[in-house]
Amino acid sequence: MTRLWSWGALAFGLIYFALPLIGMTEFSLKMRRGEYSFDAYAKVLADPKFQETFSYSVIMALVTIAFGVLLVVPTAFWVRLKMPGMRPYVEFITLLPLVIPAIVIVFGYIRLYNTSSWLPLTGSAMGTNILLMFGYTTLALPYMYRAVDTGLRTIDVATLTEAAQSLGAGWGTILARIILPNVLVAVLSGAFLTFAIVIGEFTMAALLNRPAFGPYMQLLGANRAYEPAALAVIAFGITWACMGLIQLVTRFSKHTRAQH
Amino acid sequence: MAFLEIEHLEKSFGTLRVVKDFNLSIAQGEFVSLLGPSGCGKTTVLRMVAGFETPSTGMIRIDGRDVINQRPNQRHIGMVFQAYALFPNLTVAQNVGFGLKIKGAAPAKIAARVAEMLALIGLPELGNRYPFQLSGGQQQRVALARALAVQPSVLLLDEPLSALDAKIRVSLRTEIREIQRKLGITTIFVTHDQEEALSISDRVVVMNGGIAEQVGAPFEVYNRPTTRFVANFVGTLNTFDAVVVDPGAGVVKLAGVEVTLPQPLTAAKGTTVGLALRPEGLRLGRIEGRELVLPATIVDVHFMGSVIRLGVRVAGQRVALDTFNRADTPPPPVGSSAEISLSARDLIVLGD
Repeated sequence: MTRLWSWGALAFGLIYFALPLIGMTEFSLKMRRGEYSFDAYAKVLADPKFQETFSYSVIMALVTIAFGVLLVVPTAFWVRLKMPGMRPYVEFITLLPLVIPAIVIVFGYIRLYNTSSWLPLTGSAMGTNILLMFGYTTLALPYMYRAVDTGLRTIDVATLTEAAQSLGAGWGTILARIILPNVLVAVLSGAFLTFAIVIGEFTMAALLNRPAFGPYMQLLGANRAYEPAALAVIAFGITWACMGLIQLVTRFSKHTRAQH
Repeated sequence: MAFLEIEHLEKSFGTLRVVKDFNLSIAQGEFVSLLGPSGCGKTTVLRMVAGFETPSTGMIRIDGRDVINQRPNQRHIGMVFQAYALFPNLTVAQNVGFGLKIKGAAPAKIAARVAEMLALIGLPELGNRYPFQLSGGQQQRVALARALAVQPSVLLLDEPLSALDAKIRVSLRTEIREIQRKLGITTIFVTHDQEEALSISDRVVVMNGGIAEQVGAPFEVYNRPTTRFVANFVGTLNTFDAVVVDPGAGVVKLAGVEVTLPQPLTAAKGTTVGLALRPEGLRLGRIEGRELVLPATIVDVHFMGSVIRLGVRVAGQRVALDTFNRADTPPPPVGSSAEISLSARDLIVLGD
């Protein structure tokens, strides 16, 4: 009887998640009357706006990842090594973006960095891009920090640091040659999650008026029928590819096999 | 002239004084062990020499230069850790060559030195392996090679054998000592294992409560402990209480028999002094040249291979007696009566 309930719960879950996706995918293929076709996909992919916004978001994602890694890895390393008592507080701070809506953060940014402020970042496209990148880093912080912190837990940070120091290494060398390579799998997990977040993010990009992929999806959804569904499937594909890459990288990391 | 000098070294963590007025001079090429129970401050002293802890007060000089204000990466020290601490992302060869690469040595020079070091530790063919592909003993050998590759002025070993199994521990400690002798490198070895410390050191520093209780050659520390703690911590010890009869002549009464000790006593007549005797200082039977013979009962027999440890009761007190195994003489049965003999020369007068 219990077994039946378990199967029932599983089936319900699968239907709950899969049915809308199947429906949406099926709908995205019905642009041509009476037969299935990839017309909607072809249209979306051929749209210069798609290419423009998608490339913009990819570049923003890569910059966000680079900045996030430079911010989070040394911070998490330092907290573990020198200030273990501060860990709960740092964890709390990194969790804040989950409870503070993106719209609040972006309004805060606009208020602080508008053209009449002491640091008028919104006054130029580059300045706004930088602001958006900071916003993305904040949104991805809970995932990035947690991933890196978990990675650091699998190695003996203190002893490895001391071993490297006794061999003459400075902080930069220790971080770049010892710590980062050993938490690379964790950093990549955080990086792919960041990538997925940035690609689909709407609020910040829209309010800062940047040509990102999120606002483009929204714009297309408001004006077309089949293309938004195709675009949603593409966005899902990208996210899932990221998840797949996390798995792949974890599997192919040769020196960490002993830890499993 | 001492190569490594430690003077009046102190370390406190908050209100807790972990190391108290620690002094030690080590000659070039000497192998010195810091021996003591957990929490005695031995690792803290080592970490202060390495630069990982800052002393509260005191001075550390290596080859004449004051290193107190130098960072760990400037001290030119090689360190081997209990947990091996090999870099998991680097191969054995890259691990060994790490320090040289940091110094900016040419790749050809690094390769030659790595090959030399791997040959020294007897693992010339393992350069391409990753640490996780090695056994514990192999990993610790590589860690030793890595520490030595940069030709440090001092080698620090922080309980390097504690994580290994008994057999590897014994063979590796011999290897460490051989390599140290060959290179003539000044070495400090931290351990809580007295057998380890006694077997490979030129000198042993027995530590307790942050203080160096005794510094001396293993033979001296074992046979002539100067404090009750050292006597009890280093080796097994039988302790007896004896009453002073004539302090100037060193005469005491032990188990009702008067014994003349080799040295005069400072304790007053009629007071009780602690006397100690190693298990191998007691002999089964009446032995020529041993002036004290006492009746005893065998209460326990531990056969340990080359040595048999007997538990015997003498004058109401239980003591341990070691005797060599001989194939033609089985150990006496438990409960049997025997005589044991001892010499006053072997008795150690315990101080505080």
